[in-house]
Amino acid sequence: MSAEARMVTASRTGKNERQTHTSTVRSGAWEGTHGSQHRDADREAVTKLLEINNLKTQFFTSAGVVQAVDGITYDVAPGETVAVVGESGCGKSVSAMSILRLIPDPPGKIVDGSIMFDGKDLLSLSDAEMREIRGRDIGMIFQEPMTSLNPVLTVERQLTETLEEHLDVTREAARARALELLNLVGISEPERRLKQYPHHLSGGMRQRVMIAMALACEPKLIIADEPTTALDVTIQAQILELMKDLTRKLGVAMIIITHNLGVVARYADRVNVMYAGRIIESGSAEQIYHDPKHPYTLALLQSVPRFDHTRGEKLKPVIGQPPDLTKLDDGCSFRPRCAFATEQCAQAKPPLEAVQEGHISACWEKSNVGLEESAA
Amino acid sequence: MNEATSISTTDAPPPPRVEGTDALVRVRDLKMHFPVTEGAFVSRVVAHVKAVDGIDFDIRRGETLGLVGESGCGKTTTGRCILQLENATDGEIWFDGQDLNRLNKVEMRPLRQRIQVIFQDPYSSLNPRMKIGQIIAEPMMVHGIIDEADERDARVRELLDLCGLNPKFADRYPHEMSGGQRQRVGIARALAVNPEFIICDEAVSALDVSIQAQVINLLEDLRDEFDLTYLFISHDLSVVHHLCHRVAVMYLGHIVELAETEELFRNPLHPYTQALLEAVPIPDPTVEKARAHQIIKGEIPSPINPPPGCVFHPRCPMSVDGCSVNMPAFREATPGHWVACTEV
Repeated sequence: MSAEARMVTASRTGKNERQTHTSTVRSGAWEGTHGSQHRDADREAVTKLLEINNLKTQFFTSAGVVQAVDGITYDVAPGETVAVVGESGCGKSVSAMSILRLIPDPPGKIVDGSIMFDGKDLLSLSDAEMREIRGRDIGMIFQEPMTSLNPVLTVERQLTETLEEHLDVTREAARARALELLNLVGISEPERRLKQYPHHLSGGMRQRVMIAMALACEPKLIIADEPTTALDVTIQAQILELMKDLTRKLGVAMIIITHNLGVVARYADRVNVMYAGRIIESGSAEQIYHDPKHPYTLALLQSVPRFDHTRGEKLKPVIGQPPDLTKLDDGCSFRPRCAFATEQCAQAKPPLEAVQEGHISACWEKSNVGLEESAA
Repeated sequence: MNEATSISTTDAPPPPRVEGTDALVRVRDLKMHFPVTEGAFVSRVVAHVKAVDGIDFDIRRGETLGLVGESGCGKTTTGRCILQLENATDGEIWFDGQDLNRLNKVEMRPLRQRIQVIFQDPYSSLNPRMKIGQIIAEPMMVHGIIDEADERDARVRELLDLCGLNPKFADRYPHEMSGGQRQRVGIARALAVNPEFIICDEAVSALDVSIQAQVINLLEDLRDEFDLTYLFISHDLSVVHHLCHRVAVMYLGHIVELAETEELFRNPLHPYTQALLEAVPIPDPTVEKARAHQIIKGEIPSPINPPPGCVFHPRCPMSVDGCSVNMPAFREATPGHWVACTEV
């Protein structure tokens, strides 16, 4: 891909296109059998909607080079829901932004890798070509429904602008479609809502408008970056249920980026766990939750309180802090916090390797890692 | 709790939520209505936000009471009223035998030392221009606890160590620390004046899960070591389940249910509590697949114009005609399990 293509930035004129970012993870080491429902497909590019290979995104700051995304590889099959989980600063959002080429440059830059979406290498497209894909083939839902809607445009205009931009439709047709979309996402009195501005709407309602916008052009993929984090729990449940219904009904693939392990369990088919810019484990939701094979995944699961468990047990937190991404060494980034660390862990980063079909882990000690007692 | 079975009608008119005399905090019919004004020059009150609209609860000594609810339900305002950061519109807040709402500033001061708070946001709750050591020493100076500077420094280091921080951090500034470390500083500051009662307002909500667990464990350890009483305000039901002995569920300014933690989570009576529990995803895909996912419809109404009658009735799957007339009384459905619903 050309250098300028890789540097495509987010600096495009603002309008109101919601950008979408997409990603799902899979290891380079282990090819072939990941998606539980899709492994029958021979691995032609056609069968994968999105294939990310060795993606590296770095930020060049005065404090040094931040290796925000440090070589991730994964793919998304059509219609599949893939979750990317991790804590603050693990690179999950940057990886999604990279798919959409929305990394601000400077200071950020995609320095290596390829992103194949629907047969096209996104990193080699021109800005104009990329703009056509964002919002049309890839829809986006962001965390902050307050800041990601344009406050001076009515709901109608937010929706019709995307439609008019990407599809050759008249104002009338776009308006009819906007009405249809609001109905689809469960907004009551859609006629009235079309005339309103974002500040008239509650947080949950705004997020429904975001979903309507993401779905407007019938995308093949939706990237949802912490779509429910800012919402109350009953509203979160409504929005997640809506997204689940719509993606299934319309056959849209989805990358959901979140830190909430409960949301992932309720929602995702496949899970990629990220730590310090890398995917450290990937597998089906059942594999990840019931048979974690990376010490970090294990530690995360054990540190979350669960109200369906008996009270009185102490939580087992992950000791220490996440590493400084400007000072990563050659060893495994998790080893200072890891209970399983050995000499080898300081020598080299462990590759992602299969532990069973569809389940990969980047740990030298993965055969020793496991839940002591199975979940109740 | 068995002790709760013997309902003693003490002198206080509303029924006590905890029987016996071991309640450290006793809140009675607390109301906090904020005026909504209109007009640029001559402002007039056009409405009231009924943030807290008549709540009763007790907190026993050594107990952690959880206060859960969604945004705008009044849980934070309740905490602020107890701290006397708001002048409550009506009601009583008894702390160890004194009604805080009737005390003046001077009378309140010694009590402030006994009641401390830990805030949600570890970024905005620490003064960025002060060193960590000064931040922790300040409440000691205000309350005249340790006058000698050397002793105070030693105490600061001791507190940092107690909260799992390197004592050397006393010379650092807040921006040099991570969110989890700052939250530990906030805890050390609260502990500096040897309080009995700490209000934790979303104290772990801003933290990543692995760090959150560290801070939860710290709060538990400190509670055991210093016999602290907590009011733990949170929207996270899983954390509340883990940390609290009893839980009160708030909705639109009212407490709709209050019970021992196990009882509340095993046997939720109020339809809102049931809806809340149903909405919280459990980090286990097998458990999630087995759940019914009965998702409650509608949004939380505005506290400026709360629905008549039971505040929950527009969203309630069990509502009957009478629900839109009167707010149901908060009654003891089974011993120690209080609920404000006529249909259970």
